[in-house]
Amino acid sequence: MKAQPIYQLEAIQQRYGERLVLDIPSLQIERGELLALVGPSGAGKSTLLRILNFLETPVQGQVRFAGHVLGSRVPLALQRRVTTVFQRPALLSGSVLDNVAYGLRLRRHPEARERAREALTEVGLAHLARAAAHTLSGGEAQRVALARALVIAPEVLLLDEPTANLDPANIAAIERTVAEAHRRGTTIILVTHNIFQARRLAQRVALMLDGRIIELAPTEIFFEAPRDPRTTAFIKGDMLY
Amino acid sequence: MNYWQEAINLLVGGNSDVWAIIILSLQVSGLALVVSSIIGVPLGSLIGLHTFPGRQLVIALVYTGMGFPPVVIGLAVFLLLSRSGPLGFLGWLFTPSAMVLAQVILALPLVIGFTMAAVLAVDPALRIQIRALGASPTQTTLAILWEARVGVLVALIAGFGGIISEVGAVMLVGGNIQGSTRVLTTAIVLETRKGAFDVAIALALVLLGITFVINLAMLQLQGTLLKAKQ
Repeated sequence: MKAQPIYQLEAIQQRYGERLVLDIPSLQIERGELLALVGPSGAGKSTLLRILNFLETPVQGQVRFAGHVLGSRVPLALQRRVTTVFQRPALLSGSVLDNVAYGLRLRRHPEARERAREALTEVGLAHLARAAAHTLSGGEAQRVALARALVIAPEVLLLDEPTANLDPANIAAIERTVAEAHRRGTTIILVTHNIFQARRLAQRVALMLDGRIIELAPTEIFFEAPRDPRTTAFIKGDMLY
Repeated sequence: MNYWQEAINLLVGGNSDVWAIIILSLQVSGLALVVSSIIGVPLGSLIGLHTFPGRQLVIALVYTGMGFPPVVIGLAVFLLLSRSGPLGFLGWLFTPSAMVLAQVILALPLVIGFTMAAVLAVDPALRIQIRALGASPTQTTLAILWEARVGVLVALIAGFGGIISEVGAVMLVGGNIQGSTRVLTTAIVLETRKGAFDVAIALALVLLGITFVINLAMLQLQGTLLKAKQ
């Protein structure tokens, strides 16, 4: 018997004012999968992530998370099963360790600092534990943000272009950490501009355009035998507009 | 000119009247600041961090309140507390309670307005990130207030500065009664009118000294908070 999907979206529409920014008739995300969302800027990828993290409510449609139908007020306990790492790492003032421990402290975890130390070690930044967060480089800050997200052991990790503008060494470090989290069973939805990254990491890839998902397929098929000519064009690096 | 000498004499000479005035000034303005902080900091962050119908109007009212003439507040509180007024039954008129009430009304818009500005200055991306990490609405607000702590402290400094130096409202609702509602500012007015300029100047120097020392302490605290930020 197939496990129940972690997310089931039905007839989702999101509008900012009059503008329709997201229009998804149906989307299922399986437990433990790594789904990559690709597509040009303004395609609705980040909006979809915010909806999946319950940071905004669609104007229409139904979001079902782990079997719960969600309204505009999502219970904190459900909210805490999902987290996001954004493109620009927003760190709190204080030390690196304070940042990584933050999510655990919110949950009144008794060993927040110890666990945060372990998480920092896993992203290779244990030596920066006491450093002030604002002194980090962009790549270090993003790895801290990733450690801060993973330490709370989320069921779902949403990544919004986590490696944009980073150098290859930091990209490699982040991809390793993401792959490891996926291997441990975390459901991951990765928004990326980098189709090579999508190909390296994802099990399924979705191409979004103008708020719609125009192709969603297992990675192999997405790249080798896409159905939509726009997918072929996108993979080849052609502009879609 | 030996006004400083006079001021020091007033302070160390065991002049109990002067000390009573100083202590009452600090008690009234200190209590008013505490009350307006307890109300104003949460309200300021609420207005800064949430959208609701009529928000623009509320902000406009707060800004208006920030520049409200103290004497007008004094008049309003006077009418409120006068025997035939709606709160006359409290019997607060010409007591320190009335002065605290007037100063709370004066300080509140300053505390709200500056707190609001401070939380608005915090990166909105950080606010979303805090929520995404699983913070409840209260935890989110507390985290933002902590990020904005230097600005929030400025809100309190502005509030205190606005009321410790204020004369119109406390004069009207307190009545400048010796040994009961006389504070530094009203005593200065009185001594000046009497022609006792040396005492008036000495009291003025004491007032300046107090505000200076308090601001110095706040600055020290701000420095400590800034260090905590790094």
